[in-house]
Amino acid sequence: MSAVTDETAPRAGRDAGRPVVTIRDLAVSFATDAGSVRAVDGVDLEVAPGEVLAVVGESGSGKTVTAKTILGLLPSTATARGAVVLTNKDGTAEHDVVALRGDRLRQVRGTDVAMVFQEPSAALNPVFTVGWQIAEGLRAHGKVGKREARRRAIDVLRRVGIPDPEKRVDHYPHQFSGGQKQRIIIAMALVLDPGLIVADEPTTALDVTVQAEILDLLRRCRDEFGTAIVLITHNMGVVADLADRVAVMYQGKVVEQAPAHELFAAPQADYTRKLLESVPRVGEGIARAEVRASARDAGWDAAQPVVAAERLTITYPGRLRKPGFTAVSDVSLAIRPGEVLGLVGESGSGKTTFARAVAGLTRVTGGSLRVLGVEMNGVKERELRPVRPRIGFVFQDPATSFNPLLTIADCVAEPLVVHGRASSPEEARGRVDELLEAVQLPRSYGDRFPHELSGGQRQRASLARALALDPELLVADEPTSALDVSVQARVLELFAELQRELGFASLFVSHDLAVVDLLSDRIAVLYRGQLVEEGTGAEVLGNPREEYTKRLLASLPVPDPIAQAERREELRALRGA
Amino acid sequence: MVAETTVATGTSVLPPAALPSRGSRWKRLPVVHQLRQSVGLQRGMLVAGLVITGIFVLTAALAPWLAPYGYSQLRDADGAFGAQQPPSAEHLLGTTVGGYDVLSRVIWGAQTALLVIVVAILASIVLGVLLGLLSGYFGGWLDRLLVVLADAIYAFPSLLLAILMAIVISGGQSSMWGGILAAAFSITVVFVPQYFRVTRAEVVRIKGEAFVDSARVLGTSHGRIMFRHVLRNATRTLPLIVTLNASEAILTLAGLGFLGFGIEPTKAAEWGYDLNKAVSDVTSGIWWTALFPGLAIVLVVLGITLVGESLNDLADPRLRSRRAAAEVSGEVAETSVVPGGTLTAGPGGLDAIEGAGSRSDVLAAAPARPDPDAIAPDDATAAGPAAPARGTPDDASTDETEDRR
Repeated sequence: MSAVTDETAPRAGRDAGRPVVTIRDLAVSFATDAGSVRAVDGVDLEVAPGEVLAVVGESGSGKTVTAKTILGLLPSTATARGAVVLTNKDGTAEHDVVALRGDRLRQVRGTDVAMVFQEPSAALNPVFTVGWQIAEGLRAHGKVGKREARRRAIDVLRRVGIPDPEKRVDHYPHQFSGGQKQRIIIAMALVLDPGLIVADEPTTALDVTVQAEILDLLRRCRDEFGTAIVLITHNMGVVADLADRVAVMYQGKVVEQAPAHELFAAPQADYTRKLLESVPRVGEGIARAEVRASARDAGWDAAQPVVAAERLTITYPGRLRKPGFTAVSDVSLAIRPGEVLGLVGESGSGKTTFARAVAGLTRVTGGSLRVLGVEMNGVKERELRPVRPRIGFVFQDPATSFNPLLTIADCVAEPLVVHGRASSPEEARGRVDELLEAVQLPRSYGDRFPHELSGGQRQRASLARALALDPELLVADEPTSALDVSVQARVLELFAELQRELGFASLFVSHDLAVVDLLSDRIAVLYRGQLVEEGTGAEVLGNPREEYTKRLLASLPVPDPIAQAERREELRALRGA
Repeated sequence: MVAETTVATGTSVLPPAALPSRGSRWKRLPVVHQLRQSVGLQRGMLVAGLVITGIFVLTAALAPWLAPYGYSQLRDADGAFGAQQPPSAEHLLGTTVGGYDVLSRVIWGAQTALLVIVVAILASIVLGVLLGLLSGYFGGWLDRLLVVLADAIYAFPSLLLAILMAIVISGGQSSMWGGILAAAFSITVVFVPQYFRVTRAEVVRIKGEAFVDSARVLGTSHGRIMFRHVLRNATRTLPLIVTLNASEAILTLAGLGFLGFGIEPTKAAEWGYDLNKAVSDVTSGIWWTALFPGLAIVLVVLGITLVGESLNDLADPRLRSRRAAAEVSGEVAETSVVPGGTLTAGPGGLDAIEGAGSRSDVLAAAPARPDPDAIAPDDATAAGPAAPARGTPDDASTDETEDRR
C-alpha cells in the first residue's frame, strides 16, 4: 500500500497483461415514467494496466452509465446485465462489480477503482479541510493513524502539484482555484493507489488553459503511478491529447474501438468519421472571413458602427462596504454593420457581461457604449424600447431560454406580438412557420413544447426567435456550448448561412477559439475584463502578439494525436518562458 | 427576407401521427396524473387519501339528504330528543348534552368544514400569490416590507391570531356565513404568508431564468412578463401546499370551535364546538358525544394529509418509486438529435431534413423518445423538472435566507 510514496516501480503492471477491467456484454436499463429505457446495449470493453481508454460519444450515448457501472454507482432505478470484472492492481483478486453488493462493493471502490468527477467544486465537501477529505479515503480502507494519514495526504498533494502542501493540507476547498480543486479530487483518487481511475468529463468545467494542466496531470498519473484511466469525454481534442485507445459509443453501443492514432488517422465506422469531421479546428474560418471581407464595398469601413464601446467599464455593486466587482474594464471596440465579431475569453473574463450590456440586460457603469445609436450608459427603459426589436439575442442554454409552458410557435411569435406586428400568436403563425423553415425545423415542430425538442433543435428555434424581427444586430452568448459537437457543427453552419443571407451584424461570444474562428470576421480576446487583443482571425490566431493569446491558443487541444503532441511541447516551452 | 431563404416545401406538413401525443387533458390534471404515475405503497397511500377525502366531500355535498335530522333540531314529532341519550334506533350515534343528534351534527359538520376550507384556501391563494408575485418580481422596498410583515405574522401563534381575527371579523356574534367567513378569514391570515413566501421564492428563482431575460430583451412589458412568463411557471408547488393546508385549516377551525370562538350550534354544525361540549361527558362514561366528532376530524385530516404527502413524494423524481425493470429491457433510447442521422442530415437545407419520405418516418419516431433527462438519471435527479416541488414553506424560507445574504 505504500505505492504512493514508492516511485521505484513506475508503470509496474503495464506489461502484466491482465486487464484491470473487463466489461462483457453489459446492458443497463432504467425504469422511467415512460417505461423502461435501455441506456447501454451490449458493450464489451477492456482496459489494460497503465492504459488510457477514452470513451467518446454524444450526450445520451451511454458513456457515463458505462463508467458508473464500473464503480457500481448506478441508481436504484437501473437494472444491469452482463459482467464488469475488476482486477486489483497486484492482479491477485477479481470481482464482478455488477454482482457485488454492500460491504464487498465498498471495499472494491477506492482501492481497485476510483472516480474523478466533472464538477470539482461540487465533489468536495465545503465544511472539511482537503486534508481531512483525502484522509477519509484512507480511513475507509483500514486503520490509519492520524499522523500517518496526514503525511500521506501531504505527500499525494505534492505529487499532484499543489504548491506548499504542508500548509495547504489544512485549507478548505473554497481557498483553492477550480483547477487546484480538480487536482485535489485526483489526489483523493490516487491516495489509495487504485489500478483504475474513472474520469467522467474531468475537464469540461474548466478553462482551456487549466484543462491543459489537468490533462498533463492525468498523463503523469498513468506514467508515474501506473494507473489505468477510463476517460469519459465528448471533446475530441482531449481524446487526442491523452488517450491510448478510443472507444466510440453511439446509442448505447460501441461502434468503434481502436488505438488513438489509428482512429484519428483512419476512422473505420461511419459515425466516427462524421464525428471527427464535425469537430471545429482553428484556422478553418480564416479563408471564409477573407472571402467576406473582399466582397465588401469600399466605404464599408466608414459606416457608423452598430456597436461602439469607448472605454466601457461595468462594475457590479459590492455588498456592505465591500468594493464592487469590475467585470469589464476600459474596453473599446466596434462592430460595423454586417460584421461578425467573435469575443473569446475564459470564464470570468467579462465576455458574457459585455454581451448582456449590449442587449441592455446589464447596466453600464462607466465609459460609453453606443448600440444602434443609443447611448447605453444611463439609458432608460423607455428610450431603449424602440431599439429592442433591432437587437436579437441567443442564449447559452437552450433548455432554459424557452418558457416551458408555451409551445415553440408561441415562443417564436412572442417578439412579433410584443412589438405589435401581430395581434396574437395564431395570427403570427404564418411568419413563425417561415422562420422555423429558415432554421431548418419542420413546421409541425411549432406545436411542440420546448422539452419535446432536443438541444440542437431548441437552439435553432432560439435562433428563429432572435431573427423574428429581422434584427440588425444579433448577440449570441455561447450559443453552442451546451450542445454536442455534431449538433454544434450544424448550428454553426446554420448561423453562418443565415448571417450570409440576412447580413446582420453579430456579437458572437464563446470560450472556444475554434468556434469563434469559424464564424468571425474579427476576433477580440478578453482576459480579466480587459481587451487583450483584437484583429482579424488571421492576425489573432495566425500570429498572436500577446502572451495570453499565445497561451490560450496553445492550450486548445486539436483532434489529432500527433499534432497535439507537438503542441504540447510548444505549450510547455511557453509556460517555461 | 427570411422568406427568400426558405425553400418551397410542400412536404413540410407532417402527417398528424407525427405530432407528439401528450395524452388527454384529463390525464394531465394534477391529481389524476399522479395517480396514474404512482405504484406500490405510494399508490396505496394516495388512493386511501383520495377515498377518505372523496367521502368527506360527498358527505358535505349530500348532508341535507344524508343527515336524519337538522343540525339544530332538538325535537321531532315524538317530542324532544333528550340530552345525552345513548345510541339507539332513533339516534344511531346518540344525542349530545345539548340534546342534538350526534350523527346529524357530524354529517352537517362536514359541510361547514368543507366551506371553511374552500373559502380560506381560495382567499389565501389569491392574496398570497398576487403579493408574492409583485414582491418577488419588483423587489425593492415593497418586497422588504412584505417579507417583514410575513415574518411578523409567522411569529404569532397561529391559533392566537385566528382567535383575534375571529373576534375582529365576527364582532362576537355569529350567523352561519358570518361564522364560516370569520373562521375562513382568520385561517387566511395565517396561511397568506405561506403562499406569499413560496410564490415569492419561485418568482425570484424564475426571474433569473434565461427565458425571462429573453422576454426582457424583446422589450416585453412588466405585466406581460409577470403574468405570461413568470406566474404560470411559479404555480407548480401550489396544489401541494393546498392539500397540506387544507388539513391544517380543519384543525384550526376545530381549535377555534373548541375554544368557543366558532359558530353557534343553532347556525351550523361544527365538530370543534361539539368536542368542547363533550369534555365533561368523557369522565362520566358518555363516550359517543366526543368520539364521533373527534373521529371525523382525525379521518378528514388523515385523508387530506395522505393526499398531500403522496403528491409531495410523487412530484419529486427522487422520492417517486417506479416499477423496477425486472430484467434488462426496453428500447435503446433515440438520443440523437435527428435519430440515425445526426450527421448525415447536414445543413444542406430543408430537403436534408424532411424532403425524403424516410425522413418523416424518423421524425415520427422522435416523439416516442423519452425525455433525454430520464436516460441519465444522475442529471435527472439533480435537476429534475419537479425538483423545486419540494417547496414547502421550510424550503421557501431557506431560499429566502440565501437570497438575503
